[in-house]
Amino acid sequence: MLNIVDLHAEVGGKPILKGLSLSVGAGEVHAIMGPNGSGKSTLANVLSGREGYEVTGGSIQFLGVDMLTLKPEERAALGLFLAFQYPVEIPGVNNTYFLKAALNAVRKHRGEEEIDAVDFLALMKAKLAALSMNELLINRGVNEGFSGGEKKRNEILQMTILEPKLCILDEIDSGLDIDALRYVADGVNMQRDGKRSMIMVTHYQRLLDYIVPDYVHVLTDGKIVHSGGPQLAKDLESQGYGWLKAEEE
Amino acid sequence: MSSSTEIESLATGEYKYGFITDIESDSAPPGLNEDIIRFISAKKSEPTWLLEWRLKAYRRWCTMVEPNWAHVKYPAIDYQAIVYYSAPKSTANGPKSLDEVDPELLATYEKLGIPLHERARLAGVAVDAVFDSVSVATTFKSKLAEAGVIFCSFSEAVREHPDLVRKYLGSVVPYADNYFAALNSAVFTDGSFCYIPKGVRCPMELSTYFRINAANTGQFERTLIVCEDNAHVSYLEGCTAPQRDENQLHAAVVELVALENAEIKYSTVQNWYPGDKEGKGGIYNFVTKRGACRGKKSKISWTQVETGSAITWKYPSVILQGDDSVGEFYSVAVTNNRQQADTGTKMIHLGKNTKSTVIAKGIAAGRSNSSYRGLIKMKRGAVGARNYTQCDSLLIGSRCGAHTFPYIEVEGNAGQVEHEASTSKVSDEQLFYCRQRGLDPEQAVSLIVGGFCREVFRKLPMEFAVEAQKLLSVSLEGSIG
Repeated sequence: MLNIVDLHAEVGGKPILKGLSLSVGAGEVHAIMGPNGSGKSTLANVLSGREGYEVTGGSIQFLGVDMLTLKPEERAALGLFLAFQYPVEIPGVNNTYFLKAALNAVRKHRGEEEIDAVDFLALMKAKLAALSMNELLINRGVNEGFSGGEKKRNEILQMTILEPKLCILDEIDSGLDIDALRYVADGVNMQRDGKRSMIMVTHYQRLLDYIVPDYVHVLTDGKIVHSGGPQLAKDLESQGYGWLKAEEE
Repeated sequence: MSSSTEIESLATGEYKYGFITDIESDSAPPGLNEDIIRFISAKKSEPTWLLEWRLKAYRRWCTMVEPNWAHVKYPAIDYQAIVYYSAPKSTANGPKSLDEVDPELLATYEKLGIPLHERARLAGVAVDAVFDSVSVATTFKSKLAEAGVIFCSFSEAVREHPDLVRKYLGSVVPYADNYFAALNSAVFTDGSFCYIPKGVRCPMELSTYFRINAANTGQFERTLIVCEDNAHVSYLEGCTAPQRDENQLHAAVVELVALENAEIKYSTVQNWYPGDKEGKGGIYNFVTKRGACRGKKSKISWTQVETGSAITWKYPSVILQGDDSVGEFYSVAVTNNRQQADTGTKMIHLGKNTKSTVIAKGIAAGRSNSSYRGLIKMKRGAVGARNYTQCDSLLIGSRCGAHTFPYIEVEGNAGQVEHEASTSKVSDEQLFYCRQRGLDPEQAVSLIVGGFCREVFRKLPMEFAVEAQKLLSVSLEGSIG
C-alpha cells in the first residue's frame, strides 16, 4: 500500500528526515516511536503534503502512485487521512457542513456522485451512534471551543466518515486523560477491518496497550533504526531509547 | 515559507458577469445643468413641485464640495462627462407583461442567473427590475394590491400616489443631506416605492434588482419604503453590472420610514463590477441609506453583503426616534484586488430605551482595503438606550488592510455602549486542515470566510443567503494559490 524509500526531507533548510524507509501493507498497523525531535511529526506532515516540508531525496509510493507529485487534497482523495495532533478551529463553519463538503470533495475526485443532504445526515447519525458520540458536537463550529478530548473524537468521526485507506495518527494520545484515550482507541480499533492501514506516531507506549500494532519502529535522528513486534514498545518503555543507540554503535 | 506566498498570490478571479447588452438608448447629452434636470423631469411627466424640489437640490449641490474624509482614493469625477438620463427604448410605452419585455433584457437576467419570471414564480418574490434607469417589469402586483400594499417603480408612484411621495420624499434624507444625496435628489431617474398600510404584513418578500448598463450612464436610484403602524415588510435588493472600462458613478438614496410598532427588514447583496485586477473600470458606489424609526417600538434592520464596486462609500443608518425602537445593522464587506470599501453605520438614539445592534464583518484580500466606520450617538433624552457593536476583520494574505473607525458620542449619562473588535487571518493551519480533508484551496477559503460571516448570513432571507455564499466564492476566486 505505502512504500517509502530512502526519504530525505528538510524544514526551513534544516535536514530532519535522513534516509527513512518504511513499507506498510494493506490492513497493517505500524507504530512509530522515537524521542523528541527525531522526525516523527515531520514524517506525518511530509506524507500528507504540507507546505514548508521540502523533500530532498527518496520516494513515496501510495497505491502505486508517486505521492510526491500530488497536492494535499489529491492525496486525501486517494485515501490518505491525517488525524492531527492539534486539530485547528474553523469558527462559524458547521461541523456537519464541513464533513459533507469534505466527503463530497473526496467523492468527486474519485468520480463518484455527490451525496445529498438527506443521505449524508443518515450516514452521520449511523456513524455517531457507532461511536456513541454526542450529536450536539456535530452542530457546533469545526472544533470551535472543543476540549482536547472532543477535538480528537472529532478527528475519529471524520476518519470514520471519509473511510480512508491509510490513516496517519499524529500523537492521537497527546493531551488525553485515560477515559478519553480509551474512547479514542475504541474508535480507531473499529476502523481496523483488515484492509485499512494505519501509521501511529507516538511518544508513549501506553497508547499501544489500547491500539495494539502489528509492527513497532523506532525513529532516531531521521531514520528508522530498529523494527520489531509489539514487544519492542514494552522494552522501550522499560529501558528507554538509549540501548538502541548503543546497539547501533 | 512557501505557504505564505501561496496565500499572497491573490486575486485573479475574473468578473463572471461581464457583458454588455445592446439596446438603443434614448439618452440625454452628457453634462449637468438646470436644463438637463428639466429634461429628466419632463421625460417623466413630473408635477411642478417635484421639478422645483430637484432644482433646489441641484442649486444646493452646486455650493457643496465632494467629501474626502473616507479611507478611499480615486481620481476626480468629472460630473459634466456623465449622462444623467438614458432609457431603454423598447419600454417607452411601458410593458404590460413579461411578454412585452425586450427579450435581450430578459436574456441579460438569465446570464446573471436570475430568470425573472421563474424566480418570481418559484420563490414567490415580487420583482421590480430596474434596467438602466427605467423599470421594465413588475410582477405580483395584483396579489400585493389585494393586501393593500403599494409596490411600484418610483416614477409610477409619482404619477399614481403623488401625495404619499410628497409627504415622505426627503423626510429621512433631506436633499441637502450630503453631496451625493443632493446630486441624487437633483437627477434621480427611477427606483422603487413601497407602502405598507396600517396593520398589514406584506405577504411576500419584495425584491429589486439594479443593473447598470448603457455606457457612461450614472445611476441615481431613489427608493422609498413606508411602513404604517403595525405593518411589516422584508425588502431585498441585489445588483450586478456588466463589465466596462470607464468608471461608473452610482449615487443612490434609500429612505425608510417605520411608524408605531412597524418593522422594516432591508437586505442587500451588492455585486457590481469591481474593476480589473488593477482596479480599472469598477463602479464607484456612493450611497446614502437611512431609516427613521418614527413610531414607538418600531424596528429597522439593515443586512448587507457587499462584494462588488471599486469604491464603496455606504453607511446605512437608523434614527431611533420612537421610544423602545430598535435599529440593527448586519454587514459583510468583501474586498479583493484593488477594491476599497469604507462602510459602516450610524445609530442615532433619540428616544427612551432605544436599542441598536451592529455586527460588521470585513474581509480583505489582494491589495484591497476594507474600513468600518460607525457612529453611535446618544442624545440627552435617550434614557436607557443601549448599543452593542462588534467589528471583526479577516485578512487573506499580507498586502491588504483592515481598518476600524468607531465614533461614539453620548450626551449626559443617557445610555450604554459596548464595542468589540477583532482582526484575524485565514491561517495556513486552517487551509492545510481543509485540504487534508480533500477540499481544494478555493473551496477551503470560501468555507472559512463563510464561517466568519455566518452571523450575518443568518440574518438574510433564505434564498439570498445561498446567493450571498455563492457571491463570496466568486469574489474571492483566485485569492489563494
